[in-house]
Amino acid sequence: MSGYGIEDLVYILPIVFLLVWALVLVLVEAFTKRPDVTMLLAAFGLLAAVTLSVIQFGTEATAFKEMLTVDGYAVFVYMLVLASGLLSLGLAYDYNRRMGWARGEYYILMLFSIAGAMLMASAANLIVVFLALELLSIPLYVMAAFVPNDASSEEAGLKYFLLGAFAGGFVLYGVALIYGATGATNLMDVVAAALGTNSPVMLLTGAALILVGLGFKVALVPFHMWTPDVYQGAPTPVTAYMAVVAKAGGFAALFRVFIAAFPSVSADLTPVIATLVVLTLVVGNVAALAQKNIKRMLAYSSISHAGFLMMAFVTYGSALYADAVTSLLFYLLAFTVTSFGSWAVVIALEKAEGKGLDFEDYAGLGKKYPMLSAAMLVFLLSFAGVPPTLGFAGKFFLFRTVLEAGYAWLAIVGVIMSLVSAFYYLRVVRFMYFEQGDPEVRSEPVLNLVTAITVVGTIFLFLFSGPLLAWASEAVLALI
Amino acid sequence: MLLDNWLFVGLLVIVAAGIPAIVLVIARLLAPRKPNDAKLDTYECGMETVGDTWVQFKVQYYIYALVFLVFDVEIIFLYPWAVAFDHLDLLGVIAGVLFIFLLGDGLLYAWRKGALKWN
Amino acid sequence: MLLREAAATNYFNLVPWVVFFPVLGILINLLVGGRLREKMIGVIASLAVAASFAVAVLLALSLNDQHAGTIIAFMNLEWISIGDLHIDWAFRVDTLSVTMMLAVSGVGTLIHIYAIAYMHADVRHHQDPTRYRRFFVFFNLFIVMMMILVSADNYLMLFVGWEGVGLCSYLLIGFWYDKGKGGANHLDGISNALAGKKAFITNRIGDFGFLIATFLMFGAFGSLQFDTVFTKAPFASQGTILAITLFMLLGVAGKSAQLPLYVWLPDAMAGPTPVSALIHAATMVTAGVYLVARSHELYALSSQAQNIVALVGGLTALFAATIAVGQFDIKKLLAYSTISQLGFMVAAVGMGAIVAGIFHLVTHAFFKALLFLSAGSVIQGVEAGHHAMEHGSIKESKHKRGEHLNEGGEFDAQDMRNMGGLSRRMPVTFVVYLVGALALAGIFPLAGFWSKDEILAEALHLHPAVFVLLIIAAFFTAFYMTRQIWMIFFSKPRSRPAEYARENSLLLTLPLILLAVLSVFGGALNLPFWHTLTHWLDYTLAEGAKVGSFNYLVAGLSTVLALAAIALGIFLYGKRYQAQAKLPAAQRPVDPVQPYLRGAFTGIQHKWWIDEFYDWLILRRYVALSRFLSYRFEERFWHDWLHDNAIAGSFRQTAHFLAQPVDLGIIDGIANGLGTISQRFASWIRRAQNGFVRSYATWVLAGMVIILGYLILR
Repeated sequence: MSGYGIEDLVYILPIVFLLVWALVLVLVEAFTKRPDVTMLLAAFGLLAAVTLSVIQFGTEATAFKEMLTVDGYAVFVYMLVLASGLLSLGLAYDYNRRMGWARGEYYILMLFSIAGAMLMASAANLIVVFLALELLSIPLYVMAAFVPNDASSEEAGLKYFLLGAFAGGFVLYGVALIYGATGATNLMDVVAAALGTNSPVMLLTGAALILVGLGFKVALVPFHMWTPDVYQGAPTPVTAYMAVVAKAGGFAALFRVFIAAFPSVSADLTPVIATLVVLTLVVGNVAALAQKNIKRMLAYSSISHAGFLMMAFVTYGSALYADAVTSLLFYLLAFTVTSFGSWAVVIALEKAEGKGLDFEDYAGLGKKYPMLSAAMLVFLLSFAGVPPTLGFAGKFFLFRTVLEAGYAWLAIVGVIMSLVSAFYYLRVVRFMYFEQGDPEVRSEPVLNLVTAITVVGTIFLFLFSGPLLAWASEAVLALI
Repeated sequence: MLLDNWLFVGLLVIVAAGIPAIVLVIARLLAPRKPNDAKLDTYECGMETVGDTWVQFKVQYYIYALVFLVFDVEIIFLYPWAVAFDHLDLLGVIAGVLFIFLLGDGLLYAWRKGALKWN
Repeated sequence: MLLREAAATNYFNLVPWVVFFPVLGILINLLVGGRLREKMIGVIASLAVAASFAVAVLLALSLNDQHAGTIIAFMNLEWISIGDLHIDWAFRVDTLSVTMMLAVSGVGTLIHIYAIAYMHADVRHHQDPTRYRRFFVFFNLFIVMMMILVSADNYLMLFVGWEGVGLCSYLLIGFWYDKGKGGANHLDGISNALAGKKAFITNRIGDFGFLIATFLMFGAFGSLQFDTVFTKAPFASQGTILAITLFMLLGVAGKSAQLPLYVWLPDAMAGPTPVSALIHAATMVTAGVYLVARSHELYALSSQAQNIVALVGGLTALFAATIAVGQFDIKKLLAYSTISQLGFMVAAVGMGAIVAGIFHLVTHAFFKALLFLSAGSVIQGVEAGHHAMEHGSIKESKHKRGEHLNEGGEFDAQDMRNMGGLSRRMPVTFVVYLVGALALAGIFPLAGFWSKDEILAEALHLHPAVFVLLIIAAFFTAFYMTRQIWMIFFSKPRSRPAEYARENSLLLTLPLILLAVLSVFGGALNLPFWHTLTHWLDYTLAEGAKVGSFNYLVAGLSTVLALAAIALGIFLYGKRYQAQAKLPAAQRPVDPVQPYLRGAFTGIQHKWWIDEFYDWLILRRYVALSRFLSYRFEERFWHDWLHDNAIAGSFRQTAHFLAQPVDLGIIDGIANGLGTISQRFASWIRRAQNGFVRSYATWVLAGMVIILGYLILR
């Protein structure tokens, strides 16, 4: 028939497996109606997918007529989002039961969107990028609106959906323009055709539109407006999940597309990207200063981290881009671990839906729950980029790459903004240790496990950041 | 030459927009305005309208419609699949089966969750 | 002298203006008419038609020098060009078309002037002054369409005018669409609208025939241009020609109210009287005659077709004349008279006596317009009397008067039984009415005498059977006109309003006087031995017009018959009618002729039950079919059974069956909850200024615009 074969499916087995597994779970949920069973099976599926990804390690192949690529970069992102999935299962399990809306669909939707994020990392065709983006996003819309009969959750979902669809349109239009300019949607064909054109306006416009659309997904300023509202309104585990996975998927696709397809217009786009980075850093950090609600603060914090991640991007046309991608992957890893940890603490303190989320609610935490507050301290320090945490390592590698690429001014802006961010992170610390209060925390085993894993990860992985970085750079080699 | 063609299209757009505009303006200026009940009435296939037009539809209509869509999509994709069945290799057959499984999966789910029960 | 010089140059290029002047009148009245006084509107409309007439006169003068005429393509406009079909928008100027133009615009001008006064006083329009403008817009539109019809150079353009005049006829018959009581269906307030509808639908049947004829012509000759068609026609098969001419005859029967499609014309009298005069007597209804005259080269090729046309005309002439004898409504009687006279013309052109037909068409336009307008004058005079009686000083109890009421139970100012003795009250109207009636009756030396005798003389040697029909019809014509004159103007008033009837103003009577003059001297157009019109039309008619010899025998016979009919009429409606009026109601015959005709009078009084027959034959079948389709098929079968039961019901049952084993609590919650959620969402959004999705989307858009702007303008 078409030249597709079974081997195409085998190359992307982790994704295929995850999708099929999710479909099976749909039936399981429909017939058993037991959310805990579904959850356990989902966790099993994620573990199996991790295993399959590990087996995949070292594979360098393209599937489905070069529409999909399986390489170290992709597998790194696979592992990252699968791990995120496992962690957020841990966050959601107790929380959903506590809030009284435990339903199996939640986990199934999550599996679908993880598969979407994985596809984004593998996509070597602009159409596939768009499809993967939708597969990643649509379950997220539903998950954001998951709390039944809760206006703020519904609002978050609807808002996210409307704006997401809006941004999706930009991506699609960009793809159309690029196809018009080059006659191709496969990244390799695009880059080949782009080299031959002497008037790249259409190509440039298309690339810019894709930048806007994916920039919306990863919450770059000024495409970030939805983020605080949606992060605050969505159920907290969903917020934690999408803060990480949507970013990971978005950045994974953004980097592959731009590095593989648009090197020819890098000189034009780099100023735009640098401007976006500065805007994002400033707006994200300054706005976070003004927040009193921890969810909203973390939302702006995640915007600022998107800015840091994007920093690596200014180098994408230069010879240093391999280093940049390495530091990006590493920063992504650091952000993932730290972020899940901090959200775990937030969930532990959240009383009812939307309650117990103000800074005041953290007063006296240090005295009453020393372990939990110590964990939170670690996460906040990691966010701020203070050693000895993974966050420090991430920022360190990132700034070094930017400096090497000749963007000293950008590195300085980054450092200043890290200092600004320390203020609002430390405000939480102040509440925890220097204010009087009587916080209530639910001690739940799964949640505690997640907290423990992430806190250990944050410190332990810092100690092994050398080998970790080596692994990341190895993953990137294939991209070249 | 290409530009000339586009110029023509542009002129056409202007003229096309202009003519109805002129007609509307003239009608505005000249037409007597004497509304009465019969003129202002909502026109619906010559029938007299009953009740308010802003009624809330039950959301179940949409759920039904969505479920119905499953069959629509199925027909659209399976028809060419069935026509080309002779020429399909194994993967093509698997793809078709997967597709049916996918839709059936959703249908079964909706069914079990009571989407087809009307109340 | 000056005129001759002017004519030396050629005015043919002016021909589009016969159409454009009335168009100009319409535009002026439409655009600014709302701000003008009533009189001004009428004056503008009349001037427009008068200008059209002036153009027609110039054309006629030019034709006098260049007899062949010409074809003026308007702005070289190719009107329709599809495949093999090429039709230009072109005007034909020849003696035939200019004769028609002169008649239409000349009589039209006079009737327009008359209408200024008449429509002002039209009793039915008092509460609705805006209709005055509407009336003149429609009236001018009619002139436009009629001019297009007569000036057309091809059958399609002719058809445009043909349909256009039909439309105007419809609009003007139903001019008082919200008036009119009783009627066949006993529907209050819409019988006038129904009359309009009847005219329109009946005409559609005829138009269908005309259209088929047009298609056939295009199929056979590949063109619809007159000359091309006539050139190619001799090479077509006899069957083709017969089919074309007979289908065309169907159109003629519709437009010119011939058997079997005449039924709409009497009902058309529901329109205002100027409409009856202009459209339904003088001009539009003669379009069929013009069509046959214009196509005489086709008819000449088929003697069968000529036979049929002549017979249709002759039968219609006699048939309608008999019905006219039994009418009491002053306008209905004239309507049947018109049908009868149209029968004369159709018979003439059918026989090939084109000149005689057109001659009668023109003279008939004079005296029938005169009669209708005079009838309007009579009606308004009687109405004025009625009005003075109701609201003036004269008080009298109603039930004593013994008036004839209309179907609505009101005093009927059109019923001749309510009149009588008006000659003293309305002397001018009386004189002109008498002139018109004598002209119609064919009394020497008035216009009708010459034209009718020319038809009869031609018929005698071309088609004796039709001659017999026509001469009997001529006898009836003289009789019913005498009856009408006597009932209206002589003896004593038979109702109080008639006693107080008033003569009308000069504006109203002046056109009557002019038309009366034309009716007296109109015969001069084609006197025997001079044959002005014959020579004039000779330039247009293909085989040349035959100069008919004046037949003293026919002239004498018809004059004797007419005088006999008049004498009989005077005998019956003079003394005898007065004597009968004194009898008690039970013994009094409906009409003086009733005792002599007995059952036959009942027949003519009911118009030979043709309307009822059509109602039974066509209307009821049609209504039954539509009822079957709408109720049985659409509602019962399609909607109720197929849709509701078969599809919806089975789907519902299936769905019910499928959903039975499943718990429904969740869906219920969603259904109930969505409404309140969306409401809460809306109120929340109002409070949170910063939460608008649209502003967020605007930010995204703005960012994108700035980026793209930078990239492009860099």
